[in-house]
Amino acid sequence: MSSADLAPKPEGILDTELDAESLRRRLAETWKTRSGLVGFLSSVDHKVIARRYLITALIFLCLGGLSAVAMRVQLSGPERGLIGPDLYNQLFTMHGVTMMFLFAVPIMQAVGLYLVPLMVGTRNIAFPRLSAFSYWVYLSGGVFVWVSFFLNMGPDIGWFAYVPLSGPEFAPGKRADVWAQMITYTEVSSLAVAVATIVTVLKQRAPGMSLDRIPLFVWAILVTSFVIVFAMPSVMIASSFLILDRLVGTHIFNPAEGGDALIFQHLFWFFGHPEVYIIFLPATGMVSAIVPTFARRPIFGYLALVLSLIAVGILSFGLWVHHMFATGLPKLGASFFTASSMLIAIPNGIQIFCWLATLWSGGPLRLKTPLLFVFGFFFIFVAGGLTGVMLASVPLDLQVHDTYFVVAHFHYVLIGGAVFPLLGATYYWFPKLTGRMMSERLGRWHFWLAFIGFNAAFFPMHIVGLWGMPRRVYTYPVELGWGGINLFITAGALLFFLSFVLFVINLARSARSGEAAGENPWDAGTLEWAVSSPPPNYNFARIPVVAHSEPLWAERGSMPVAAGLRVDAREVLISTVAEAKPDLREKSARPSIWPFFSALSVGGTFLGSIFTPWAVVWGALPIAVSLIGWFWPKGAPEDEE
Amino acid sequence: MTKAAGRIAGAVLLAFILSGCSGVQSALDPKGPAAGELARLIWFFTVLCTIIWVLVMGVVAGILLRRRQRRLHDPLRVDQDEERTISRVVISAVGATALVLVGLTLLSFFANRTLAGIGEDAVLTIRLTGHQWWWEVRYENAEPNRILTTANEIHIPAGEAVRLLLESDDVIHSFWVPSLHGKLDLVPGMVNTLTLRADRPGIYRGQCAEFCGAQHAHMATLVVAQPRAEFDAWYDEQLKSAVEPSSEEQRTGRDTFLNGPCVMCHRIQGTPAGAITGPDLTHVASRQTIAAGTLRFSRGNLAAWIADPQGIKPGSKMPVMDLDGDQLNAIVAYLESLK
Amino acid sequence: MRERTVLELSSLPTFGSGPRSPTWWGTLAFIALEGTGFVLAAATYLYLAYIAPGWPLSAAPPNHWPGTIVTILLVASLVPNHILSGYAKKCEMRPVRIGMLVMTAFGLAPLIVRGFEFPALNIYWDTNAYGSMLWVLLGLHTLHLLTDVGDTIVLAVLMFTHHGNSGRRFADVEDNIFYWYFVVLTWLPLYFLIYWLPRF
Repeated sequence: MSSADLAPKPEGILDTELDAESLRRRLAETWKTRSGLVGFLSSVDHKVIARRYLITALIFLCLGGLSAVAMRVQLSGPERGLIGPDLYNQLFTMHGVTMMFLFAVPIMQAVGLYLVPLMVGTRNIAFPRLSAFSYWVYLSGGVFVWVSFFLNMGPDIGWFAYVPLSGPEFAPGKRADVWAQMITYTEVSSLAVAVATIVTVLKQRAPGMSLDRIPLFVWAILVTSFVIVFAMPSVMIASSFLILDRLVGTHIFNPAEGGDALIFQHLFWFFGHPEVYIIFLPATGMVSAIVPTFARRPIFGYLALVLSLIAVGILSFGLWVHHMFATGLPKLGASFFTASSMLIAIPNGIQIFCWLATLWSGGPLRLKTPLLFVFGFFFIFVAGGLTGVMLASVPLDLQVHDTYFVVAHFHYVLIGGAVFPLLGATYYWFPKLTGRMMSERLGRWHFWLAFIGFNAAFFPMHIVGLWGMPRRVYTYPVELGWGGINLFITAGALLFFLSFVLFVINLARSARSGEAAGENPWDAGTLEWAVSSPPPNYNFARIPVVAHSEPLWAERGSMPVAAGLRVDAREVLISTVAEAKPDLREKSARPSIWPFFSALSVGGTFLGSIFTPWAVVWGALPIAVSLIGWFWPKGAPEDEE
Repeated sequence: MTKAAGRIAGAVLLAFILSGCSGVQSALDPKGPAAGELARLIWFFTVLCTIIWVLVMGVVAGILLRRRQRRLHDPLRVDQDEERTISRVVISAVGATALVLVGLTLLSFFANRTLAGIGEDAVLTIRLTGHQWWWEVRYENAEPNRILTTANEIHIPAGEAVRLLLESDDVIHSFWVPSLHGKLDLVPGMVNTLTLRADRPGIYRGQCAEFCGAQHAHMATLVVAQPRAEFDAWYDEQLKSAVEPSSEEQRTGRDTFLNGPCVMCHRIQGTPAGAITGPDLTHVASRQTIAAGTLRFSRGNLAAWIADPQGIKPGSKMPVMDLDGDQLNAIVAYLESLK
Repeated sequence: MRERTVLELSSLPTFGSGPRSPTWWGTLAFIALEGTGFVLAAATYLYLAYIAPGWPLSAAPPNHWPGTIVTILLVASLVPNHILSGYAKKCEMRPVRIGMLVMTAFGLAPLIVRGFEFPALNIYWDTNAYGSMLWVLLGLHTLHLLTDVGDTIVLAVLMFTHHGNSGRRFADVEDNIFYWYFVVLTWLPLYFLIYWLPRF
C-alpha cells in the first residue's frame, strides 16, 4: 500500500497504516520547513533554530574574544596609550555582556534546544513558535548592542552596571540605556527557551523514560532551565528599575530621595550568581554525556549526580552576597554567606568524584578529542573551584575581591568549567549535527594550544591580583612592576585566541569534507544516536520506547517503538511527568512568520523606549497585532484539535 | 611522570615568584596586623588548595596511566564488587571534602573576628570621601579649628590604630591599601568604618578597587605612616594657611590662580579660593603625587598636568584652561611653593 | 536500527486539560517567573521601606478606595471564573461563550477603576523612592491585568467563530482561567503593600 492511495480522513492518517518508506516520506513532508525567505523566517524546527543559535553565538564569541584581545594588547605594558579609558571601558563591558548574555547562556541553551528533543525521543520542542520567537529576540538584541558599540554608544559601565555609576546623574547619554534595555530584552529569549525546555522534558519524554532514565545532560538542562526561570526575572527587574530611574525620573536607586544603591547589587547578584551555574550546569551535563561513552560504561553514581545538580541549582540562590562582601554588610550575615558558599562545593565535589570514578573503572579509555577536553576541564576547573573556596572566605575575599585574582578565578571556572566541556561537546555532537566527523588531528592541536594558551593567560593573573592589581583598569604605572607578567599574560591570551582560530578552521573544513559519521560513530547509549546524522526533520519516524537509561546499549538488536501517531499533521506524544506513560497525542505548531514579527515589534518597542517612554504605548499596537496573528487559528489540523 | 615533575618545578618557581615580590601594593607583603592576618590566611588556603588539587590530579594521572583489562564486550556489564569499593572511596572523598570545608569556614570566621578586634583603641578618626577620581581626606577633631582637610595622601601615626569613615560623594568607590588591610567600599548614602594600623613607618600605596568610571585606573592613594612626633609636626604644619608668595613670579601665579577658573573647584586656605569640588591645594607641594597618584610631584609634571589634564587623565574633571606659557609657569611656581 | 512496535498510541485522546496538557505547564512556568518578578519588586519595596526613617516618605498615605473597589471586583470575579472552569472542562459551548463575555466584563471593570487608582496614590513616581515604588508595583500589576484582559477578549471573539468548536480551544479557555487566578492572587499582597503598609 502506498501513502498516495490514502485520502485525508478527518481523523487523519496514522503511521500504522504505512510502510517504512512512505512513512518517512509523509513525515518529512508534514514536518518540513518551506524554502524561500518566508519559509526561512517561519521555521519552528528546534534543530533549525538551535543551529541558528549556535552559529550566532559563535559569532558573538568571536566579537567577545576580539574585545578581550584588544584589552590584552593595551595591558601588555604599563602606561600604554593604544586604547584610552573611554574605549577600554566600553570594551570590557562589551566583553562581559557578550560572553555572559550573548555567548555562554545562549549557546548552552542552544545545545539543549538541539539535543533535548532528540534525547527524550520527541519530534519537536514544546512551544516551537516561542522558541523561534526567542531566537529572533536574541539575534536582534545582540545586533542592537553591537551596532550601538560601533556607533560609539556601547555601554561603558561594566556588565554589572552598578548604580549610581549607571544612573541618570553619572552616565549621561544613551550608553547605559543600551545596557539596560538590551539586558531586559535578551533575557526574554532565555526565559522563553527555558520554559519550552522544561515543558519538553516534563511532558514529551518517550514512553518509559521515567525520571531515573532521563539522560544526565537532559537533567542538567532541566535544572538550568528552572534556575533561569527564577534567576532571570531578578536582573530584568534590576535593569527595568534602572531604565525607569534614567528615563522617567523615578528614584529607586537614588539615596538622596529615599532610594538605595545597594539594592541594585542585591537584585543583580541574586541573578548573577545563579547565572554562573546557568552556564556551568549544562557543561556538567556534557561531561556526564561524554564520560560514559569514552569510558565504555554507564555513569557511576547516576542518582548522586542528579541530586547534586538539583542541590547546586537550589544552593546557587543562596550565595549572591559573596559578591558583596566589600560593601560593608553586617558581619554575621556575611559569615552565613561564607558557609553557604562553602557548602556548594560539596555537590560540585560529588560530581567530580563520580566522573573520576566512572573513568577509573571503565573499559579501555578512548582518548579522543572530546575526552581530551574533559581532562582539560578537570585540570582547570578543579583549580577554579578551589580558588572559589578561597573567595568564599569573607576576610580573604576582602584582599582579592575586584582584583585580577578574581578575573583568574572566574575564567578558570567559566572557561575551564564550561567552555572546555563545550568544546569537547562540539567534537562529540558535531557528527550528529552535520553527519561528518571533526578532524582528530586538528582537534588535538586545538586542545593543546587552548590548554597551554589558557593557563599561560590566566594562571599569572592569580599572582598579579595578589600583587595588588585591580580589575577594570585601562592602564597601570611602571613603578608597580606589573609589566613583565602582563606581557606574559597577553602572549598567553594571543595563543588562546589562536586556538579558537584553529577551532573555527576545523569546524569549517569538517563540515565540508569531514569523514562521514553514520548514526552512532562513538557507539554511545542515548537516544539522539538512534536517528540518522543529521536527524530528519521529524526526528523519529516512530517514537522509541525506553526501558533503560542507556537505551542504545540495552537494545542491541532492534529498537522497541510506539506506533499510532498521525503522519499528515504534526503530532507529538505527550506523556506523564514522572513515569512518562503515554497520555495524549497533541499537535505541534506549524511554521509561522508571526513569531518573527512579534520579535520585531517587541524589539522596536525596546529600541524606541530608549528615546521616548511613549514608544511603549505606540509599540503596544504592533505587539498586540503580531501576537494575535501568532495565536489565531489558521484552519490547519494542528490549530483545530 | 614527567608531567608531574614539571608541575612540581612549576610550584617551586611559583613559590619563588611569590616570595620575591615586595611591591608597595601587595597583599603578600603585609605591613600591618590586619594584612598580616590576611596574608597568613591566604597562604594557608593556597597551600591547602594546592594539596587538594595535586591529589585530584594524582587520580587523573592514575586514570590515564592505569593498566586495564580489555573490555570490548557489553558496556552495561559492571563489576559489582568493584562498584562497592569505588562507592566507599567516593563517599570518603565527599566526607573529607566536607571536613575541609567546615575547617576552612571556621578558620575564616575566626580570622574575621581577629580583624574586627584590631584597633578598637583608635586614636584618630579620618573621614575619607571618594570623588571621581580622587580622595578627600578630612581629619575629624572636637575642636573645629583643628579639623584638617587634604587630599589623596593619608598620613597616620605608625603603630597606632586609625578609624576611617568611608563615604562617597558620587559613585561607589572602594578603598584598598593591600599591605595594610582588605578593601571596603565607599557607597553613597552609607558610612563604612575601617580601622587601619601600620606597624612601621613607611609609604603604602593603595588604589580604588571598585570600577568608578573613566579614570578608575588613576585613583590611587598613599598612606604615609610616620613616627608619632613626625606625624604631629606634619599635622600642625598642614593646619596652617598657605604660605605667602615670596617671588614676583609666584605672586603673578597666585593672581592668575585667583582670577582664573581654578577657584571654581579648588581651595587654598588663607586666600579667597574656597571651593571644595576639587582637591584642597593649601599644601599641595607637600604631597608626593599629582592627580591621585597619576604623576609624581615635580615641577615638570605639575606644568604638564595643568597644561594638559585631559591628555594625561582623559575624562577627569580638571578642564583644559586657556593659559599662555608665562601664566602656566607662574601658576606652577606658585603651587610649587605651597609646601 | 530495526524497529519493533511494542506500543499502540492511536487510541490516545488528542487534547487534555489541566496538568495533562503541556500548555498548562507552560502557563505555570510563566506564572512562576512572573511571580518571581512580583516577589522581587515587592522585596525591593519592603527593603526601601525598612531602611527609610519613615514610610511613606513625607507624603500622605494613598486614598485606598479605588484600590479597595478593584480588590472587591477582582475577588468577586473568582466566582464566575470558577463556574466557567467547570463548563470549559465539559466543553459546553453556550455557557462557555457566556462565561467568556462575563469574564471580559469582569476584566474591563477593574481596569477602568484602575485608572482612578493612580491619582489616588497622592504622589508621583518622580517625587521620591516611595512614590516610585508605588507606581512601579501598581504599574507592574496593571501590565498583567491589561495583557490578560486582552487575551480574554481575543479568546472570547474566537469562541464565537467556527474555530471555537474544538477541544483545543476549551483547553485554551482553561489556561486563561488559570492565569486569571494568578492575576487576582498577586494583587492581594500588592494591595496591602500599596495601601495599608504606609498607614502602619
